[in-house]
Amino acid sequence: MAYTVKRPKLAWWEKLYLPGLAKGLRITLGHFVKTLSRKKKVTMQYPEEKWDSSLPEHYRGAPALVTDEQDRERCVACQLCEFICPPRAITINPEEIPSDDKWAKVEKRPKKFEIDMIRCIYCGMCEEVCPEQAIFLRKDYAITGTSRAEMVHDKEKLYEIGGVREGLVNKWNDLK
Amino acid sequence: MDLDILAVSTLHITIAAAIKVVAFVFLTILPLVALSVWAERRVSAAMQDRVGPNRVGPLGLLQPVADGIKFLLKEDFTPKHVRKGFFWLAPALTMVPSLLTCAVIPFGSSLFGEKMVIADLDVGPLFVFAIASLTVYGIVLAGWASNSKYPFLGGVRSTSQMISYEISLGLSIVPLIMIYGELNLGRIVQDQAVNGWAMLPLWGEGLGKNLLLWIPVTISFVIFTTSMFAETNRLPFDLPECETELVAGYHTEYSSMKFALFFLGEYAAMIIGSGLAVTLFFGGWSLPFGWLAPETGAAAADIPWWHGAIHILTFFAKVIVFILFFIAVRWTLPRFRYDQLMDLGWKVFFELAIINVILTAIILWVIK
Amino acid sequence: MTILFYIFAAIAIFGGIGVVVYKNPVTSAFSMVFSFLGLAALFIQLDAYLVGTLQILVYAGAIMVLFLFIIMLLDVPQEEKRSFPLTAGVGALAVGLGLIVALMIVLKKSGVGEGTLPKLEAASGKGLTDIHKIGELLFSTYWFPIQIVGLLLLVATIGVVVLSRKELR
Repeated sequence: MAYTVKRPKLAWWEKLYLPGLAKGLRITLGHFVKTLSRKKKVTMQYPEEKWDSSLPEHYRGAPALVTDEQDRERCVACQLCEFICPPRAITINPEEIPSDDKWAKVEKRPKKFEIDMIRCIYCGMCEEVCPEQAIFLRKDYAITGTSRAEMVHDKEKLYEIGGVREGLVNKWNDLK
Repeated sequence: MDLDILAVSTLHITIAAAIKVVAFVFLTILPLVALSVWAERRVSAAMQDRVGPNRVGPLGLLQPVADGIKFLLKEDFTPKHVRKGFFWLAPALTMVPSLLTCAVIPFGSSLFGEKMVIADLDVGPLFVFAIASLTVYGIVLAGWASNSKYPFLGGVRSTSQMISYEISLGLSIVPLIMIYGELNLGRIVQDQAVNGWAMLPLWGEGLGKNLLLWIPVTISFVIFTTSMFAETNRLPFDLPECETELVAGYHTEYSSMKFALFFLGEYAAMIIGSGLAVTLFFGGWSLPFGWLAPETGAAAADIPWWHGAIHILTFFAKVIVFILFFIAVRWTLPRFRYDQLMDLGWKVFFELAIINVILTAIILWVIK
Repeated sequence: MTILFYIFAAIAIFGGIGVVVYKNPVTSAFSMVFSFLGLAALFIQLDAYLVGTLQILVYAGAIMVLFLFIIMLLDVPQEEKRSFPLTAGVGALAVGLGLIVALMIVLKKSGVGEGTLPKLEAASGKGLTDIHKIGELLFSTYWFPIQIVGLLLLVATIGVVVLSRKELR
């Protein structure tokens, strides 16, 4: 419905516009002086100052694979993360664990595990869907490279970022 | 024999003029343009609680250099649908008049017996307005030659805006010319140095009954400055290129160095406008309270060189303050609506300027 | 300084030729601006600073901008296609040549071109610049014509206002 907007009635000195200008200038110059005198901390000088120390616990950075305290790669190549990944950034080629291996009963492990960091949207669905607690989003956020190939994290790189993670549920222990 | 002397003196004048052109226009105004671009970005950043460009060089002072290199190296793309000849001509036509107007602005008293103005014309302000009125061609042609709707609308708006405000701009300085009885900017400044600035008549003859003239001069100053904002297409009157309505206005189709010329032309016009405002209203190169003011009618050679140097520095200090004012206003006020702009130009400033002329005439008649 | 004269005279003349020759109206109008600029420079060379400056300010800076403005709203391709009748060309050439011949005869008879004239500042006697001189003349000898011209312009302005009002048909 159309309706008429009530315009405020201006006094004659308000119509002069100059008081308005002075008022506006006072605000902007106030900010100007405040910023110049460094009374107000405004922006982080990014490459020199980083926010790493104040990142929250739930920060979602680059996804990475982890090993546990028994040095076992936790991923069992179930490929759930590959299927749920919205931008299809994850590629997994599974392979069978040979029978003479200590962890032969796990049966499967990834032969190739690649995350294309150009595609990754840091949604954290892979972490959520993983039944093995093998993939986690870490606090790395500055992922850069000079070529597309460099931006694809392969298995070694993923384990390098992920490292060892202790205190997780060990469902492949001999006790069970 | 006589001819020989003539030839030598012309050569001397030519060389002196060439040195002044190079030193003032190319070594001062152009770097000042770059510096004001930097200042614009840093000041606006500080006003919005940001930092602004601070990476390139100390305090980011080399940022304009980096920008310049970027402009030079970028692809110079000419769209297929443009009218090529005018499309190429337009950027030059905005930049050149802005720099030409430097010629009559006295940027110092004198140095080593040489008057610190490139051309000591007797029609200084008129010359500035005449050349500045040619700037509109660049914008009109850019809008028309681009052959697409947003640039065209920008060009149309700019033309009507500049023509409208040229009138109040010209009329606003008539009171000043009446007061000084003079169209030579150098002599106007000399008078202000001795008898008080137009906007600050607190010494010499300015004090006393001439103080009454302060009223019309202030009105003139308000009209002049506002019209200058409109003439240089800066906020709050940047309707020819307002992003929200016209993409980028008349320079939408331009890229690379051609765009840079528009950009630099705008800032050069702003600096010259500041220079003219300083010259007419704030005593040009003179220091306040008549300090170091040369005697009226003193020969250029009589002024010691260090006086001249201080005068030049004073002029540029004032210009820089004025530029900062331009920048502060830009980041303070919102854009006017187009009809408001036209109303202000035609229904307020035009009448006010004429009334101001009559008021000045009455005051001059009373105090004489 | 004569070199400058020839340069600016050439600009003025070629600008004038351009007005006639170019078929694109915008180019024509622009040639006219260049012609005006050359002319203004010639005035300034004659020490007539005010006339030269006003030439730029009024003609090049204001009137031609409006012209250009109107022309841009025209249909340019259609204008470009318009053929140029031969008879009109011949007629224009004849009139132009006639004018040049007439001018030459008048100049020859008046003897203006013989010898150099004194500089404007010296000619005024009091060492006044041209701007003061013009001002003095306008408000003493010619004040009545000035008033008449002013009234004429006022009448024209009022006429435009009346004609452009919408409700009047």
